[in-house]
Amino acid sequence: MKNKGEIYRISGPVVIISGLNTKMYDVVKVGKEGLMGEVIGIEGDKSTVQVYEETSGLKPGEPVENTGMSLSVELGPGLLESIYDGIQRPLPVLKDTMGDFIKRGVSANGLSREKEWDFVPTVNKGDKVKGGDIIGTVQETVNIQQRILVPPNISGTVDEIKSGKFKVDEVICTLGDGTELMMMQKWPVRKPRPVSKKLMPVTPLITGQRILDGLFPVAKGGTAAIPGPFGSGKTVTQQQLAKWSDTEIVVYIGCGERGNEMADVLYEFPEIKDPKTGRPLMERTVLIANTSNMPVAAREASVYTGITIAEYYRDMGYDVSLMADSTSRWAEAMREISSRLEEMPGEEGYPAYLAARLSEFYERAGKVKALCGKEGSITVIGAVSPPGGDFSEPVTQNTLRIVKVFWALDAKLAQRRHFPAINWLNSYSLYSKALGPWYDENVSPEWVKLRNDAMELLQKEAELQEIVQLVGSDALPEDQQLTLEIARMIREYFLQQNAYHEVDTFCPMDKQYKLLKAITAWGDRANNALESGALIEDIMKSKSKDDLAKVKFEKDFDSALSVITKTMEDEFAKLGGK
Amino acid sequence: MTKEYKTIREIAGPLIFVEKTEPVGYNELVNINLPDGTTKRGQVLDTSHDIVVVQIFEGTGGLNKECGVRFTGETIKLPVSKDLLGRILSGSGEPLDGGPRIVPEDRLEITGAAINPYARLPPKDFIQTGISTIDGMNTLVRGQKLPIFSGSGLPHNEIALQIARQSKVRGSDEQFAVVFAAMGITNEEAQYFMRDFERTGALERAVVFLNLADDPAVERLITPRLALTAAEYLAYEHDMHVLVILTDITNYCEALRQMGAAREEVPGRRGYPGYMYTDLASLYERAGVVKGRKGSVTQFSILSMPGDDITHPIPDLSGYITEGQIVISRELHRKGIYPPVNVLPSLSRLMNSGIGATRTREDHKAVSDQLYAAYAEGKDLRGLVAIVGKDALSDRDKKFLEFADMFEDRFVRQGSDENRDIETTLSIGWELLAELPEAQLTRIDNKYIQKYHPAHKGKQE
Repeated sequence: MKNKGEIYRISGPVVIISGLNTKMYDVVKVGKEGLMGEVIGIEGDKSTVQVYEETSGLKPGEPVENTGMSLSVELGPGLLESIYDGIQRPLPVLKDTMGDFIKRGVSANGLSREKEWDFVPTVNKGDKVKGGDIIGTVQETVNIQQRILVPPNISGTVDEIKSGKFKVDEVICTLGDGTELMMMQKWPVRKPRPVSKKLMPVTPLITGQRILDGLFPVAKGGTAAIPGPFGSGKTVTQQQLAKWSDTEIVVYIGCGERGNEMADVLYEFPEIKDPKTGRPLMERTVLIANTSNMPVAAREASVYTGITIAEYYRDMGYDVSLMADSTSRWAEAMREISSRLEEMPGEEGYPAYLAARLSEFYERAGKVKALCGKEGSITVIGAVSPPGGDFSEPVTQNTLRIVKVFWALDAKLAQRRHFPAINWLNSYSLYSKALGPWYDENVSPEWVKLRNDAMELLQKEAELQEIVQLVGSDALPEDQQLTLEIARMIREYFLQQNAYHEVDTFCPMDKQYKLLKAITAWGDRANNALESGALIEDIMKSKSKDDLAKVKFEKDFDSALSVITKTMEDEFAKLGGK
Repeated sequence: MTKEYKTIREIAGPLIFVEKTEPVGYNELVNINLPDGTTKRGQVLDTSHDIVVVQIFEGTGGLNKECGVRFTGETIKLPVSKDLLGRILSGSGEPLDGGPRIVPEDRLEITGAAINPYARLPPKDFIQTGISTIDGMNTLVRGQKLPIFSGSGLPHNEIALQIARQSKVRGSDEQFAVVFAAMGITNEEAQYFMRDFERTGALERAVVFLNLADDPAVERLITPRLALTAAEYLAYEHDMHVLVILTDITNYCEALRQMGAAREEVPGRRGYPGYMYTDLASLYERAGVVKGRKGSVTQFSILSMPGDDITHPIPDLSGYITEGQIVISRELHRKGIYPPVNVLPSLSRLMNSGIGATRTREDHKAVSDQLYAAYAEGKDLRGLVAIVGKDALSDRDKKFLEFADMFEDRFVRQGSDENRDIETTLSIGWELLAELPEAQLTRIDNKYIQKYHPAHKGKQE
């Protein structure tokens, strides 16, 4: 058994080493500078390694050392509020050690070894514990308590348990067989953390975005994809979700995205207050930023790093949402490495295992009963960037085969400044039915019908629009003109939402329900009035209709709405109708 | 002194394969001595104990197996100093202007390191280009990368020059240093740029790298990296605000594809290499502002879309990296409108952080949105008029139809020497909006209408 070898060949981020005994996915230190790499293929006495750092200047013959470990992340107190690169190196630490630019050969611990945390035990000497059990807690941020878990593969009887201030790598608990437990544990990123049982998702993720919550909801523990051509507002939508989703923990992966945009996120998140607690959003967030010009292999690893951290919080019994922006960049990283390996390509040069990797990743989402007995969930929302906006490309298609919700961003809508630019005809959610009982109980028994009617109306509008394109709207019969008008109201008053408006940026379920109900009520009254002989011109002049346009921006929504409802009643009473 | 090898085994396209070498570093710079006494340069693409693959920048013409190959032991570096300003260099960094060699203050790796996202400052300083369609509706900010998506035969060069000439940050007379990198453009085009730089005196604060159409394609792969290295040096070491113009990105990508094919790589979409996104990102991402440093790098690249197709891999991948795009329209150009910027598909992602009360004017965003919406509607109506005729339109629709024409004629159209400040741009916008019924201005807050609308403006004062 040798654990020292040498470099044989270098081609970009792919390095072939010889004379080293390796296992698949072992982490190796490559060259004199000890660049971090991962074994991704073995042939004879040669191993293929993808290197997470720039390889310029590396020479054949330089030494390689095997750490014998798989690529792992450090899990423990201090994850929240962190900003990591794709392989869990904290970016602020990298800035301190190597300046404003990312150089290579620097390793940094994912968790600070200096910081002390106040550990409060929840087990006693003599208690039996098994993998995943909670042995104590640490107040990680003001509102989030981290539950310290026994690593999944360990069990035994507590021999000694400490209490007080500790660093993450100090022993806090000793088991009967002498196993020492620390607050920190490591977990290989490519291996899903075990759970006791997978459950069916039955509660919606409330995002405060009307088109998402209202028409195409995702369940807590579900999976959703947002594909969109560039400039269609994908990033804003993702960021809105990160800001407003009602999960306890948010993991945001900027995978191969723009540096300036990441800088914006890094600046903005600490400033934004969590709507429920009033505390900075950062206190419940882990950010992973691997911009498009950072090493491609680290980009490939970044989504795994992110989901492993998400799983760790899920195992404590938290609801976690994970945003990956963008999974296409991740797939491209796979393609790039695959092509360096001279593998036989599948569709459009992507490796043949693309579909398998994507489904493995999304399958790590879900609502579960954790090993500790609590229920937790991971909701995965992956952005896809289809080249040329063409949804038939492999990444979008393979993603759609797995995810249950599809939010189709539409460049045309974005051009018309309809935001969020999610196309209501192409999007879908397979959770609508499973979530029905929840809406009946928590919103209103009317809600599901209201929503379905609205969808039907929008569908009808699309059909009528085709005729309008040909003959103009004046040629339509009056009732159809009215249908078009009501559909327009749903689009503009309900679906359009201004992410930058202080009130409109977040819309609770109750408000969504009342708003949709009011629009529908106006539509019903208008239809009745028309039937009873009122003139369409008069109906169109309705003041309550125009007032409805702006009610979503009102701070005191309920009272503004009741004024409008009153106006509506008066108006239609004058117009006649039932 | 480094060893000279005479062990070339194979020459294929721009690549040579050298065997029986001592360990050679990846990406190392290579000198090749030809039998006729000339020297060519190259870079290591793949290295192993058995064989080393070198790409030759000046092309492999004249090479044979007897050539001597020297590995320099270092990667490609650019000698930098403040004296770069005012110089014209070749696409591989050699002086072309007959001037002396650069006495370097430092020698920098041209690949450049990624800026730590945590060290970046979100760009937000408004750059006034003097062009209404850009300032008013697709605002550029310092540290942004905003390419021009154009097509063959369109006046993108003229627009780029106008921007380079007029750009400034409001409230300061400080002008931008310009780093200009030509990749595979014709001699004629290059002359056009050079003449304008000389005419306006811009050359004194410019660094020019020229790789022309008849220069080796492989050299194109390093030209933009040299330029960006120079730009970063001026920005971060000498506190200058640098505007980098790279033209034409399409030629760069063609060279990338050519190299990929020579290396027998598995091709991606339309034969372009699978790593083109990462490669382009390594150029575009070298724009930005760094915390605690005064200078900045702003990129304004020109990209000609093959067949005017915005879904072609080059504009498509670029659009995913850059912060928006300025789209040049053939239709407007045919109508004789300069600059023919089509504002509808154009976008500046950083616009919102660069405008507003403290940066430009409080009503900027609202005016921009309203102009956008009204123009979009007017253009839609043109389609309808083609089918049903103008008479079938309602009065309201006719107003929007007229608005679209006026918008193109007064807002979009301007002289190539006309430098409009942002107030002028916004007041032209208001004059146009005043032609529409006031009730239709739904995207503008009433208080701005009271303050800026020509119909109310006088009364309030």
